Amino acid sequence: MRLIRPMLFGLAALLTAFAAAAVQPDEMLKDPAQESRARALSAEIRCLVCQNQSIDDSDASLARDLRLLVRDQISQGRSDGEIRDFLVERYGAFVLLDPPFRGSTLVLWLGPAIVLLAGAAGLAIYFRSRRRSAADAVALSDDERARLERLLDDRDRRA
Amino acid sequence: MKRALFLIPLLLFIGLAGYLGFGLTRDARILPSTLIDKPAPDFDLPPLLPGGQGLKTADLGGQVSLVNVFASWCVPCRAEHPIWAKVTKDERLPIYGINWKDKRPQAQAWLEQLGNPYARVGFDPDNKAGIEWGVYGAPETYVVDRNGRVRFKYVGPVFEETLKNTILPLVRKLREES
Repeated sequence: MRLIRPMLFGLAALLTAFAAAAVQPDEMLKDPAQESRARALSAEIRCLVCQNQSIDDSDASLARDLRLLVRDQISQGRSDGEIRDFLVERYGAFVLLDPPFRGSTLVLWLGPAIVLLAGAAGLAIYFRSRRRSAADAVALSDDERARLERLLDDRDRRA
Repeated sequence: MKRALFLIPLLLFIGLAGYLGFGLTRDARILPSTLIDKPAPDFDLPPLLPGGQGLKTADLGGQVSLVNVFASWCVPCRAEHPIWAKVTKDERLPIYGINWKDKRPQAQAWLEQLGNPYARVGFDPDNKAGIEWGVYGAPETYVVDRNGRVRFKYVGPVFEETLKNTILPLVRKLREES
């Protein structure tokens, strides 16, 4: 029983270690401001081997190459935009985890909104037609009303 | 007319399912190359083999050629390797090698053991040329036309089927182009 706490602590420590970034100390830039820029930028760049990880998260060797490239270009004074363009030119827009808005990504960006609007339009049409059919309903004639009352009376008496 | 309205959601569903179903037939790990129909990127690699020739942008062009990215640690590269000897012999098609993210002794031993079909092999241990080419794994194979433009990229090992049905027909077509 006494072992549970230390074991939980150990497990938590282990999990934190897995969640930590893949950046190795020897890759880091000396200037902390530049290093934090590099970290932020790498978090936006897709690792093309593991695909759903950023190069900041990935231990793949290609991710390391790209981390070093990002840092190299930052220390050469290139802007984030220039570095992003450099990578997109070579690996395609897929290298950005946040896809740009352009012709080939229209379905991706607008698809959900279109589906939502179509659903809303469908609901609106449905409710409007229901209300209209309710309004169009013909009122009871005098005969019908009398008959209805008789039926209701019958039921009440029986109860 | 109004009765048919109930079909609309069904048709929408079929459309969406078809679109997404088509997406499932494509391998998401294969990325389109940004180089297609563009000049081969700027790169200049030292030779892998002592006394051999390195590989740079200017070496491409003049004739249709293949550029093959390989490494000694790459198992599928070993699997596809015999096909290149065949291609150089049967088709008189130069194949240029980029030895990618490898160690020199291992790469040299690999070519010694399996044979060297490459007209030139550039040594790229730190992925300098690889990044220019947008390489994201090995093996990768590019078809370059006589003007030094990249016309096709194949990701993964090339076997008989891909060679016969895709690469060689393209090479023949490009050879007829001026």
